[in-house]
Amino acid sequence: MKKIDFKSKSGMQRNEKIVSSVLFLFGIISIFTTFGIVFSLFEETVLFFKEVSILDFLTGKEWTPLFEPARFGVLPLVFGTFLIVIFSSIISLPIGLGSAIYLSEYAPKKARKILKPILEILAGVPSIVYGYFALTTITPIIKSIFPDASVYNALSAGIAVGIMTIPMVSSLSEDAMMAVPNSLRQGAYGLGSTKFEVATKIVIPAAFSSIMASFILAISRAIGETMIVAMAAGSTPKMTLNPLESIQTMTGYIVQISLGDVPYGSIGYKTIFAVGTLLFTITFILNIISRTIVRKFRRVY
Amino acid sequence: MEPKIKIRDMNFYYGDNKALKDINMNIYEKKITAFIGPSGCGKSTFLRTLNRMNDFIEDTRVEGKITLDDIDIYSKDIDPVELRRKVGMVFQRPNPFPKTIYENIVYGLRKNGVNDKQILDEVVEDTLKSVALYDEVKDKIHKSALELSGGQQQRLCIARAIAMQPEVILMDEPTSALDPISTMKIEELLLDLKENYTIIIVTHSMQQAARISDETAFFLNGEVIEHGETKVIFSNPRDKRTEDYITGRFG
Repeated sequence: MKKIDFKSKSGMQRNEKIVSSVLFLFGIISIFTTFGIVFSLFEETVLFFKEVSILDFLTGKEWTPLFEPARFGVLPLVFGTFLIVIFSSIISLPIGLGSAIYLSEYAPKKARKILKPILEILAGVPSIVYGYFALTTITPIIKSIFPDASVYNALSAGIAVGIMTIPMVSSLSEDAMMAVPNSLRQGAYGLGSTKFEVATKIVIPAAFSSIMASFILAISRAIGETMIVAMAAGSTPKMTLNPLESIQTMTGYIVQISLGDVPYGSIGYKTIFAVGTLLFTITFILNIISRTIVRKFRRVY
Repeated sequence: MEPKIKIRDMNFYYGDNKALKDINMNIYEKKITAFIGPSGCGKSTFLRTLNRMNDFIEDTRVEGKITLDDIDIYSKDIDPVELRRKVGMVFQRPNPFPKTIYENIVYGLRKNGVNDKQILDEVVEDTLKSVALYDEVKDKIHKSALELSGGQQQRLCIARAIAMQPEVILMDEPTSALDPISTMKIEELLLDLKENYTIIIVTHSMQQAARISDETAFFLNGEVIEHGETKVIFSNPRDKRTEDYITGRFG
């Protein structure tokens, strides 16, 4: 009888070990980078809070770190970011969800084949192009409707950020809706449902968790968006809810200081780390919320 | 007796492929009609023409005439959504919605604007009783329908269809994904339901057709080879092919 050789071929096992440790190294790099970023942020932030109290920072209504008298109330920047989030969400959430519903429930195959790639091109446009688009197209339109709007304003930037995040909402939501099994749609049609009822009463509830996750992702992206707001929203930290005024967001402030000639180690320099930490914390919390929602509402079909 | 559903000179096409050829059939009220035949013979396709579920498949076409209570269901002024409220459907695999048992049953009613809690509660209890599921699930009707076993899910899907008070219930191999005991329960249920509903069932199992149906139609390659009383079809088939199929010589 022929004997089967179960012994390892020379070097096979050793090669496997090498492959596994190289891949482990790649994995660990990104983890270390994250820790590195957090550490460098926090280090300077701690130095900042030795000079300014956290309470003043979080509740102060004036932000004039580079002027005399210097004030370090971050609320105006938070309000600026908030305005951008509101107006971008008004654009991106309904349009994104609407196009996802159309693509997954209504569109004939041919239409989907053409529309999906076009939506994905929107996602590939660099944000600086959206910035130009806001300044040269959206702002003039706004000014023709509201003549006393300022040249740099939150509305224009918010709309541009919204357009930029449409594909994020639509493609993630559409994937989630396409994953809802067809048997559920058939069941609903068999009970005399219209397409709209199937979409709103069966498909969206079944895909709810992923749709919410896509919303939160789009909001996080709007909070973190920098180029568009730096170009189109202005650089006037202001506690206002009027979208036609020039404002400044957290990211917009960080860009302004990073590009300016604020001396290293000065208090002005340290402010960007404090603002950066706040920004990081907000998006981190949103991330946790989105994970919780996904876990809590996940449906098993 | 006047037939509930009449099918006259009906042809059905997937693109250029003629899937059903020259179908003529009468389906009678408050009886169980079974469609038997080998896979791919067109029996499911035919079932789905009766509530226009094939409308969702692109590039399909129906010729001829199908009437329900003498109304042409393919005429222009018929809304297929309304038709499907009258002609309910139960599918091969149980497909309860990812909602509670309660919400599954009242789905259709809520959609039609019924929101009175008392009425809904009553319908849930009545329909669960009529599918013999009430005792098994009465303590968990507000829990997810997905926690039920396959057989219970299928009975829930039947309850969901009945809650719409349809006239006809179409069943596309409703027991093929179930174990023998669940299958038996559903068969008993169908015999009860035919008191009130016209039932049309597609089945792979000739024994099932023989056990429960009043009328049987044998399909082969998109044609109805033979149609008549179940007793006659199984004891004294006229066509050689029917005899070969029911005696297990092919299929």
